[in-house]
Amino acid sequence: MSTENSIASPKRESLFSKKNKKLLKDPLGDANPITIQVLGICSALAITVQLQQAVIMSLSVLFVMIGGNVIVSMLRNLIPDRIRIIVQLVIIASLVIIVDEVLKAYLPDVSEKLSVFVGLIITNCIIMGRLEAFALANKPGPSVLDAIGNGLGYAWILLAVSVVREIFGSGAISMPGMGQVKFLPEEWFISAGGFYENNNLMILPPMALVVVGVIIWIQRSRNKSLIES
Amino acid sequence: MEYLSIFVKGIFVENMIFAYFLGMCSYIAVSKTVKTANGLGLAVIFVLGITVPINYLLENYVLKEGALAWLDPSFSEVDLSFLSFIMFIAVIASMVQLVEMIVEKFAPALYGALGIFLPLIAVNCSILGGALFMQERQYPTIGDATVFGLGSGVGWWLAIVAIAAIREKIRYSNVPEPLRGLGITFIITGLMGIAFMSFMGIEI
Repeated sequence: MSTENSIASPKRESLFSKKNKKLLKDPLGDANPITIQVLGICSALAITVQLQQAVIMSLSVLFVMIGGNVIVSMLRNLIPDRIRIIVQLVIIASLVIIVDEVLKAYLPDVSEKLSVFVGLIITNCIIMGRLEAFALANKPGPSVLDAIGNGLGYAWILLAVSVVREIFGSGAISMPGMGQVKFLPEEWFISAGGFYENNNLMILPPMALVVVGVIIWIQRSRNKSLIES
Repeated sequence: MEYLSIFVKGIFVENMIFAYFLGMCSYIAVSKTVKTANGLGLAVIFVLGITVPINYLLENYVLKEGALAWLDPSFSEVDLSFLSFIMFIAVIASMVQLVEMIVEKFAPALYGALGIFLPLIAVNCSILGGALFMQERQYPTIGDATVFGLGSGVGWWLAIVAIAAIREKIRYSNVPEPLRGLGITFIITGLMGIAFMSFMGIEI
């Protein structure tokens, strides 16, 4: 297999080479931006009350990350070192303005719920962090893969936290375009004479922290090498 | 009295960390010792206290719909609010640069201790968050906006100093190994957030 590959493309690296796969796979697990690198936590916690918001937020961050990584990686030899933070901020801010305007135009209700957190994608450490750590030193190709990997790593934590919080907090799941789907029968609830009550604590902000803490706990007890001394 | 209400609300009820999770990245990264946490917290108060009023002026005299009417009545239709993200972040980045230079000159020890985290105040969500909340809540005067900025800053400082003190002590406790460091910090912050929720609904 490998010899065939090297004959077909003697100089070009294949898209699914070991190195590129690592770029995509690592952020999903052992180099996860949220639970291991501790980047981009603010938004991960604030908008995970409903799955719908989390999906929209993940897509927005993914778009901004890919765009930012590609642009910065193409400009990496032109950006003077001393003012690179401001240059990066301007690039990110322009991309976020695009996202914000699109959300306002097509999904006004979600945009309302996300309120300031769309604007705060600009200061989401995950984006600046990856630009600084990766895009400034690598070609556009690998930078795109790095952006996709980290964007998905960020997304799955967001989705996991919001699914837990929404199921226990509201007894429902909401998807963009489908509205809220309740899967417990109405008569089970105490208000209708049943036995079940939603755990309202889950909707409140502090529980997001505890849920992420538990995810970190599970991840580190499965992979002992991640434990901090 | 109104100022006091906004100030106390910013610290306790609408705390940047416990109610909105703004600035969590540096909150977790710099809260290992009380001394550095205190330095970063003070820097955040300072930067928020300066950038929120500047951004308030920018919002009300340049960006808002009809804000340019003071220049010429024909501009009263102009709405530049789509530029607000880029303008706010530019103001914040330049102010942070200024603070960095001041700290380097007058407090070199603090500069050494804060290291790379000082430039990162520019991407501390709480600073941009302060500006965006100011825009969303439409404070009537620049005094209100300044007090809001200072109050949020003090709230952030309180949160980071508190968690740093707890983390210094927790080193002597027998925390389950996979939870050590990051995990337990998250859970403690959650518990502190629940405690801070008891301030909800307080009116002064």
